[in-house]
Amino acid sequence: MDTSIWEPIIYLVGIMAFAGLNAAYLGWCERKGAGHIQRRIGPKEVGWFGLLQPLADGIKLMSKQLLVPQGVDGILFRAAPILAMVPAITSMVAIPFSETIQARSIDLSVLLIFALASIGMMAVLIGGWASGNKYAIISATRSVSQNIAYEIPMLVTVITIVMLSGSMNLEEIAMKQEGGFWNWNIFPVAGESIAQAIIMPISFIIFFICSVAETNRAPFDMAEAESELIAGFMTEYGSMGFGLFMMGEYLNIVVGACLTTILFLGGWYGPFGFTSSVFWFLLKIYILIATFIWIRWTFPRTQIYKLLNLSWKILIPFSLAILLLTAVFLKVEGFLI
Amino acid sequence: MNIIRQTKWTLLELFPEQKETEAAAEETAWNNALAAEAEARAEAAAKDKESVEGETPLDQIEAEMSSIDLIEKGKADSSPEQTEPPPVYDPETHDVPFSEIPEGPRADGVLVVKYASRGVHIDVQCSPEQVVESARLLDQAGFCLESISGVDWIKEEQMEVVYDYNRTDGQFCRVAVRVRIPRAEPLVPTVSDIYAGANWHERETHEFFGIKFEGHPCLEPLLLPEDADFHPLLKDFTP
Amino acid sequence: MTVPIQCTPDETFVLNLGPQHPATHGVLRVKLTMDGEYVVKAEPVLGYIHRMHEKMAESGTFAQFMPNTPRMDYLSALSYNQGYVMAVERAAGIEVPERAEYIRTITVELNRISSHLLWFGAFVLDLGGFTPLLYAFDDREKILDLLERITGSRLTYCYYRFGGVYNDIDDEFIAGTREFIKRLRSRLPSMYHDLVTGNIILIKRLRDIGFVTQETCRKYGATGPVLRGSGVQYDVRKNEPYSVYPELDFDIPCYPEGDSMARYMVRMDEITQSLRIIEQALDKLPEGPVNAKVPKVLKPGAGDCYCAVEAARGTFGCRLVCDGGKNPYRLKLRSPTFSNLSLFGEVAEGMILADALAFMGSLDLVIPCIDR
Repeated sequence: MDTSIWEPIIYLVGIMAFAGLNAAYLGWCERKGAGHIQRRIGPKEVGWFGLLQPLADGIKLMSKQLLVPQGVDGILFRAAPILAMVPAITSMVAIPFSETIQARSIDLSVLLIFALASIGMMAVLIGGWASGNKYAIISATRSVSQNIAYEIPMLVTVITIVMLSGSMNLEEIAMKQEGGFWNWNIFPVAGESIAQAIIMPISFIIFFICSVAETNRAPFDMAEAESELIAGFMTEYGSMGFGLFMMGEYLNIVVGACLTTILFLGGWYGPFGFTSSVFWFLLKIYILIATFIWIRWTFPRTQIYKLLNLSWKILIPFSLAILLLTAVFLKVEGFLI
Repeated sequence: MNIIRQTKWTLLELFPEQKETEAAAEETAWNNALAAEAEARAEAAAKDKESVEGETPLDQIEAEMSSIDLIEKGKADSSPEQTEPPPVYDPETHDVPFSEIPEGPRADGVLVVKYASRGVHIDVQCSPEQVVESARLLDQAGFCLESISGVDWIKEEQMEVVYDYNRTDGQFCRVAVRVRIPRAEPLVPTVSDIYAGANWHERETHEFFGIKFEGHPCLEPLLLPEDADFHPLLKDFTP
Repeated sequence: MTVPIQCTPDETFVLNLGPQHPATHGVLRVKLTMDGEYVVKAEPVLGYIHRMHEKMAESGTFAQFMPNTPRMDYLSALSYNQGYVMAVERAAGIEVPERAEYIRTITVELNRISSHLLWFGAFVLDLGGFTPLLYAFDDREKILDLLERITGSRLTYCYYRFGGVYNDIDDEFIAGTREFIKRLRSRLPSMYHDLVTGNIILIKRLRDIGFVTQETCRKYGATGPVLRGSGVQYDVRKNEPYSVYPELDFDIPCYPEGDSMARYMVRMDEITQSLRIIEQALDKLPEGPVNAKVPKVLKPGAGDCYCAVEAARGTFGCRLVCDGGKNPYRLKLRSPTFSNLSLFGEVAEGMILADALAFMGSLDLVIPCIDR
C-alpha cells in the first residue's frame, strides 16, 4: 500500500486548521464587514486592523466559568455546543477543495453532508430544550420548524442537480461542470437544453435562500432573534459553550458556501475554463460568505410565520416545478431547442 | 353654536338648577362684559391722549377674547366699534362669557373659564355621584380622557380628583371635571368602564392618594411595589 | 394574518418579558400569557424606574423642579422642559419674549428630530436590522453637538427658564443648524427611505400589524404619532397653538391605516416637517431679549391650570396646582407614553410574539416617562 498513515493525519490536521481558522477569522471578517457597511471602523485595537481580536475573544471566552444553571439537563446542556461544532467539521471530510485535495471521496457525499447538517439542527434543539428556559424552548421549536421547512426545497433542488449530473458524489458533480462558467450548473448555456439553462438560476436562488435559512443567518435568524428571544437557544450559555455555538454557526456557513460552490458554481474551475485550482474554489466560497455577511447587515429580520410561508408556499412549489421540468427536459432530448 | 357652548350645555344636563338660570345668567354676564369693555375702552381713549405707549387693558381683553376660540377666529373680534350700536346678546353666534373660579369652597356647577390663564375652557365641579354621568356625557360628545389627577387639600380635610378631558377631532375644547371628597373616606366611582384608559390613571391615583375608585377591576399599585401600603402624595406622608 | 385562537387555559404558559429584555428599551416588564407563539394576554407591569417626580416637585420651589423634567423622557427632554415651564408661566402670567419663543421652537424641534431618529434606529433594531441604527445615530450626533453648544448638556437638557431661555444662540449655532438641515435632507431619501422604508421585509413586518383604531385611541387617551397613525389629524402644535407655531407653516402627517407602518411613516414625515419648522424659524428669528423680567422666587397666585405641549411621543400635560406659596402645591405630569402603552394589552391580544414586539416598538416607549 502506498497510502501511508500520514495522509489521513495530514488531512485531519488540515481540516481542523481550515475549520479553526475560518471559525475564528470569519467572526473578524463579519465584524469588519459590518463596520464598513455601518460606516465605522470595526475592531482595531488588538493587533493590526484588529487581527488578533479573535484570539483575544477566544482567550476571554476560555477563561470564563462554564456556568451550568440550576434545573438544566446537565448532559444535554454540555453536549449541545459540541454537537453544533462537530458535524460541521465532519462534513468537510467529504468536500472536495480541488481535483486533488479531498480527504475522502464518498459516493454519497451529498447525502452525508445533509445528514450531518440535520445533526447540527439537533444541537439547537437539544441546547434549547436542555436550558429549561422559555425563550430557549421557543427558539428550539422555531428552529426545528424552520429547518424542516427549508430542508425540503433545498433537497429538491439538490435532486435536480443530482439528476443533471447523474451522481451523488460531490467530486463528480463538480467535474461535470468542467470548463468556463457556461458549463456551470447556475447557467448551463452549453448544456443539452437552453430551457434548462433558463430555470437553473431560479434553482440557484432557491438553494441560496435555503442555505441562509439553514444556517440560521439574518434575515432568517429566528432561533436567536435577539430582540424577541434575547439569544434564543444560546441564552443560558456562556464562556466556551457560547463560543462553540458561534464557531459552529460560522462553520455551517463555510459548509453551505462550499456546497453552493460545488453544486452550482463549478467548484474549483476558473470562470473562463483555462485554470482550475483550489484558489478559484476558495475565492468562490469567500465571495458567497461575503454575500451572507452583506445580507445580514442590510435586512431586518422576518417573522417566523412569514418565513415558513415563504418556504411552504413559494420555495417548495417552485423547486418541485423545476424538478419536474428538469425531468422532462432530460427525457425529451432537444426539448425547445 | 361653537363647541364650548355646546359642551357647556351638554354638561349642564348634570345640574338642572343651574341650567334653568344659565341662559339668563349668560346674557347678564355678556352685558356686564360689554359694559366693562366699553368702560375700559373709554378709559383707554382718555389714556391714549396722555400717552401712546403702554398696553391698554382693552388690548388685554381682546387678547383674551380671541384666545377663547381660535378655531373660529373670525368671531373673536366681535367687540363692537364705538360707532356701532352695542350688540344684543345672541347665543347662536357670540362667545360664551367667562366667569372666574371663586376662591374658597365652590358650589357644584359648570363654569366657562379663561383658557389663557387656566388651560381649560370649561371647569366643572360636581359631586362624586355625577362623575360617571359626566364621563358618559363627555364620551358621547366625543371627548377623550387625558389625565386624572388627585390633590390632597389637607387643611380643608378634603381630597380632590380632577379629570382632564380633551378632544382630538380638531375642535378645541378642554374640560376639567373636579370632584371633592372627604379626606377621611375618599370614595369616587370608577369611569374605567367608560374610558378604558382611565384604568391605569385611577390605579395611579389610588396608590398615590389612597382614593378608592368604586367598581374598579383591579386597584393594585401600578408604579409602586405591589405590596406598597402607603400613599406618598398625601401631604402628611413621611417616608 | 392573525388567526383567532381557541385554547384551553392549561395549554398556555407565562412568558416574563423584561424587566431586562432587549426589546423593552429599559425596565419595562410585560407579563405575556402565550399559546405557543401567540399572545393570549399581555399585561404590562410598570414602576421599575419610578422616582416619584410629583412628590419631588412639591418639596422644592418651582425652579428647583426644572432639572427633573428632562429626566422623565430623556429622548425629547426639551418638550418636557417646555411643558413644565409653560405651565408655570401660565400660572404666574409671565410673558415670554418673541426671540425666546423662536429659540424654544428651534431647539425643541431639533430635539424632536433627534428623538425620532433614535426611535427609528431602535425600532429597526427591534426588527433585526442593525445597520440603520448607526446611520440614525450618526445624524443624531450632529444634533447633540448643536444642542450641547447652547444648552451645555447632551441628553438631559434643562435649557428653558421661566420667561425665556438660559442663554442666547449664536451665529455658529445657526450656521450649524442650517448645515444640519441640508445634511439630513440629503440623507433622508437614500439612507433612510431607500434602505429601510422600501425594504420588502420591513413592509411585510409592519403592514397590517398592530391595528389601533381611532376609537381605541380615544378611549385610552393615546396621542402623538399613535393617534396620527390612526388617521386623526391631531397635534397640539396645530390644534391648540402655543409658542410661535401659528406663525410657521407646517403640515401634520397623518396616515389612516392605523397599523405599525402608518405610525412609522408618521414619524418619518415628522422629521421632514420639523426640518421645515426649524428652517422657517431660523429665517424669522427676531432680535431682542431672550428673558423676561421674572422675580427670583416665583409665587403664582392660588389656583390651578393645565398646560399641554406636543412632545415627540404625544401630548405631555402638566396640571399645576398652586396655593400661593413658593412650591408647587401639586404637579400632575401627564405623560403620553403612559396612555399609549395602556392600549398595548388590548391590541396585542392574539398577535404573534414577534409582531407584538414590533407593535410595542412602534408605540415608541420611553420607560422613565411612563414610570415618572
